[in-house]
Amino acid sequence: MATATTTAPRPLRARRAGRPEDGGIAGVRSPLWVRVALATALGVLAVLWLAPLAWALITSLKQEAETTAVPLEVVPASGFTLQAYASVLSNDNILTWFLNSTVVAVLVTVLTVALSAAAAYGFSRTQFRGRGVLFALVLAGIMVPPQILVVPLYRQMLAWGMADTMAGIVLPQLVAPAMVFILKKFFDGVPRELEEAARMDGAGSLRVFLQVVVPLSRSILAAVAIFVFIGAWNNFLWPFIITSDPGLMTLPVGLVQVQSSFGIRYAQVMASAILAGLPLVVVFMLFQRQIIRGVATTGLGGA
Amino acid sequence: MSAVGSAQNAPGQGGPAVLGAGTSGAAPRRRSLTSGRGGLWFVLPFMVVYAAFLLWPLVYGLGMSFFDTSLISSSQSFVGLDNYRQLLDDPQVWRTLGITLLFTVLSTVPLVLVALVMALLVHTGTRGQWFWRFAYFAPFLLPVSTVVLIWQWLFQGDFGLLNAVLGWFGIGKVGWTTDPDLALWSTILLTVWWTVGFNFLLYLSALQAIPATVYEAAALDGAGGWRRTLSITLPLLKVTTGLVVVLQVLASLKLFDQAYILFGGSGGPGGNAAPILQYVYDTGFVNYRLGYASAISYAFFLVIIVIALLQTRLTSRKES
Repeated sequence: MATATTTAPRPLRARRAGRPEDGGIAGVRSPLWVRVALATALGVLAVLWLAPLAWALITSLKQEAETTAVPLEVVPASGFTLQAYASVLSNDNILTWFLNSTVVAVLVTVLTVALSAAAAYGFSRTQFRGRGVLFALVLAGIMVPPQILVVPLYRQMLAWGMADTMAGIVLPQLVAPAMVFILKKFFDGVPRELEEAARMDGAGSLRVFLQVVVPLSRSILAAVAIFVFIGAWNNFLWPFIITSDPGLMTLPVGLVQVQSSFGIRYAQVMASAILAGLPLVVVFMLFQRQIIRGVATTGLGGA
Repeated sequence: MSAVGSAQNAPGQGGPAVLGAGTSGAAPRRRSLTSGRGGLWFVLPFMVVYAAFLLWPLVYGLGMSFFDTSLISSSQSFVGLDNYRQLLDDPQVWRTLGITLLFTVLSTVPLVLVALVMALLVHTGTRGQWFWRFAYFAPFLLPVSTVVLIWQWLFQGDFGLLNAVLGWFGIGKVGWTTDPDLALWSTILLTVWWTVGFNFLLYLSALQAIPATVYEAAALDGAGGWRRTLSITLPLLKVTTGLVVVLQVLASLKLFDQAYILFGGSGGPGGNAAPILQYVYDTGFVNYRLGYASAISYAFFLVIIVIALLQTRLTSRKES
């Protein structure tokens, strides 16, 4: 995007100006002390942001008795151990919650992307009566904070017999008007020629959508999917409200319940906290570029 | 985002920020080819879910707010505007609303400034891009429970890391979660650490969208690094800053999860860290007064809308 404008004269200018794409402060030609200062600032911030994670990890690898040593030790006297992880994983509940979280996050992601993409395509490319009104209604929904709806939604789910059910956890999480808006904006920008060619060949709307539009939209669909998955995996409030059966709880909800039963066993508390946070962090390490792009494009509502 | 999405930064929920963009209608020409039939069938599945789990609870809740609905008894009677009249006189409503607004102001400032500094630093192209992005953004990916469990341990009075570090500088122990004057600040600290990475990413992608030619021209004119940052980068980030602030204010107003878990639902020492959404929760699910809880929800919704409208007016005036 940014680089598209510079073509032929670029190398010459670039050489004179250092590496302008590096941004404002430190091109290659910045003085050494500037570069050292910048790297130091970056490093200090990184240490501050990683220290809590590092300390949690270190604590989780200690013997229970050594977690509360004073003064605190980075490397415990008797070495590191995986004991806390073994105890946490021997707790059946945690494995159940892990499974529940995975099922909920996958269901919410797949269904939300499917529903939102279909609706966005309908709003972008098809004509039917009431289209404008319905789309305005969807846009208005972006304004409604989910937290406002928790009380009536809970009573509604009780009345519909969906409290403490998987459907009760998943269904309300499928309403993502902002994602419909983002996808519609994307579909609006897709050239119509390919679709028209397919239509000439006699393909119906559904086939055009599945075989022409969806493959063209892989990157935006992935962005939306990443965004929805992060939200669903980490969602606390709604699963917390709607579940009371420990067998149905998701990891974020279960962890809070079990915290008290661990008492002051900090190694186990940290081990369980890390296990709940690990999957997304590992995925992020593998797909950093895609996730950053996905969050950045969806984060501002596709702006 | 979902109707009951994570209460984190709640990105994408920034209604006013996205409503501005136009909705282009399909071109009427060549209608037979471009606008397929069966459009309603594409839209219908989403609209059914939308109606059932957003529109209906929205209307239902508004109705509930006019009744003295309770979770424990099935009998309820119409009380008109009594719930709304009562909440205006309820000191706990005003107190928790005040705490929420205070949190919003005090958390938005560092969440925007630190994110901007991080993005400017990373954008200089210092080696280790992958690592810096990982370090600043990774906490955002953690579930709120993980974040709070880690910070409860850091905040711990006798064995916690924070007090140990203070000890190295000869500073005595601090009651991070037990001192009534500190409870809200601790919540802010935790929140900044957890969610600043999101704003950082928004700034970073805005920086990367600034055409290199702009910098080249400035460099040819002899502008140094600082000069370029001050007179090119920061002015170009004005629009992004407007959006980030709007989204952040809306996200901060919805404080609940981390405050609730951090203080085990107690609202913190002296109730000093209890946001209004926690009062809604307590009223509805602890005291079973669903009607009154709904009324507080909708009153708060009104406050959110007013703040959102004020913000959009302010930012659009700045832009023009």
